[in-house]
Amino acid sequence: MSELHSLSVSQILNGLAAGDFSSRELAQAYLKRIAALNPRLNAYLYVDAAGALAAAEAADRQRAGAKDPAGLPPLLGLPIAVKDVLAVAGMPATCGSRILEGFVPSYNATSVQRLLDAGVVILGKTNTDEFAMGSSTENSAYGITRNPWDEERVPGGSSGGSAAAVAAGLAPAALGTDTGGSVRQPAAFCGLSGLKTSYGRVSRYGLVAFGSSLDTVGVLAHSAQDAALVLNAMAGYDPRDATTLEQPAPNIHLNGNASVKGLRIGVPREYFIEGLQPEVEAAVRAAIAQFEQLGAQVQEVSLPHTAYALPVYYIIAPAEASANLARFDGVRYGLRIEQDNLIEMFSRTRGQGFGPEVKRRVMIGTYALSAGYYDAYYGQAQKVRTLIRDDFARVFEQVDLIAAPATPGSAFPIGAHAEDPLQMYLEDVFTLPANLAGVPGLSIPAGFDSTGLPLGLQLLGPYFSEERLLAAAHAYQQASDHHTRRPQL
Amino acid sequence: MALSREDVDHIALLARLHLSDEEKERYRRQLSDILAHVDKLKELDTAAVQPMSSVAVPQSRLRPDEPSPAMPRADLLGNAPDTAAEQFRVPPVLDGGP
Repeated sequence: MSELHSLSVSQILNGLAAGDFSSRELAQAYLKRIAALNPRLNAYLYVDAAGALAAAEAADRQRAGAKDPAGLPPLLGLPIAVKDVLAVAGMPATCGSRILEGFVPSYNATSVQRLLDAGVVILGKTNTDEFAMGSSTENSAYGITRNPWDEERVPGGSSGGSAAAVAAGLAPAALGTDTGGSVRQPAAFCGLSGLKTSYGRVSRYGLVAFGSSLDTVGVLAHSAQDAALVLNAMAGYDPRDATTLEQPAPNIHLNGNASVKGLRIGVPREYFIEGLQPEVEAAVRAAIAQFEQLGAQVQEVSLPHTAYALPVYYIIAPAEASANLARFDGVRYGLRIEQDNLIEMFSRTRGQGFGPEVKRRVMIGTYALSAGYYDAYYGQAQKVRTLIRDDFARVFEQVDLIAAPATPGSAFPIGAHAEDPLQMYLEDVFTLPANLAGVPGLSIPAGFDSTGLPLGLQLLGPYFSEERLLAAAHAYQQASDHHTRRPQL
Repeated sequence: MALSREDVDHIALLARLHLSDEEKERYRRQLSDILAHVDKLKELDTAAVQPMSSVAVPQSRLRPDEPSPAMPRADLLGNAPDTAAEQFRVPPVLDGGP
């Protein structure tokens, strides 16, 4: 048996069921490793050691007392980390922002509640770019997170804390959120399988809103098989989130016989552009060739409006953010800078509470929605968004899945884009379109560059095709071992 | 398009965002760059395109009007910077208030 912290979710669940180790031993192993490595990596902003041990002991008692083990909750005793933009009752929720310092929600996000109902043990809350705005986790007010594969590099973002935690063996799986690539890009940078769910698949109740027409809750784990186990437990209709669809919750169980025989995979030519790191292209092409060897039918396809995704996103996301973040005003929670009148109190609180990237996006969004500019910016962006969605719809009439790079390059050095926000935005060119169209996406490890940094392959599927995406990735992962590599720490 | 300092003042006021002079100059420059990039959208003729206002097929429907438990008042007030008489307290809205 390998060390507990290097096990996959399915190995953990099997080991717990077989009595190879207890939930308590497992939680202790992770807490010990967090204590040793988190000061270096800053993956977690908050660790609930006492709560995790208590929950693990309760899980052990429940298992010991069960008359019918098959009736136990499916993830009983599984430790998990939660991105600090999701509400966990009794734990701080900072969103990586000073403006929420001290805020402790009294309720659970639906995704979190469903995982708790399924038996998970929450280890703590992970670092994020402030309000999930960023691609490096450098925009957190609580310090940068380091990439476990190279501590001088970023883990990606905004779910960089979750990605670093799973990659470093500080959790076997973690919740992330993906508004423009914030699960898939850090998964690619940290050698993980990162699932962005379809819009409407997982409830956002209890997720602090950033871009409401784009935000999705997702999972970071080592394998597609592991991601599926977490997805099963948290997906489905929620009366508290009117955008969730009344579809049955998925019940995806990936075993030994996944196959991609006959699966039609499209490779969009617009994703192989100038600026794509040659090693990324080589790894992605090799992975696609492997899918072909496994029986998939590969063909080139075109998503002609891909180049417009970035400008569309950088109107729509900031516009929605500027509206959503209006609630942070020093009245109901978090920071307040006292002033003699209300407007001054709002302005000073927000001026001191928000960091530079959040202010930048609030400014862009406010401008794009302001009188005289609305039609030219927001209205035009919404129309071009339709063209991007229609591109996907057309391609998914020809193919079952799309395969493309997840990111233009491997993890970049800390500080590389500090002075140039537009360069940082360009890190997301390959992930933004799925959010605009609302379709699911999955980033999986496809190899390593010459310096040993992980490289990601992105799979995209039609609306609500998570099972197809995960099954295809699982077939690939049974025939490859990139996802089994772990960083030396 | 290039923003003026007056534009930035106006946006910051609308956003209720107090910015230093140095921040205003930085955002004037950076927003101008970002908007120049966004101007690429104007290349496309979208006269015949419907705006995409939501991802999911709208399925709005009425739910039964049944009371359900609300969050406890004490929990909600407990996160507030200033409260009085079980309410949020704020500074005077108008100058010369109490």
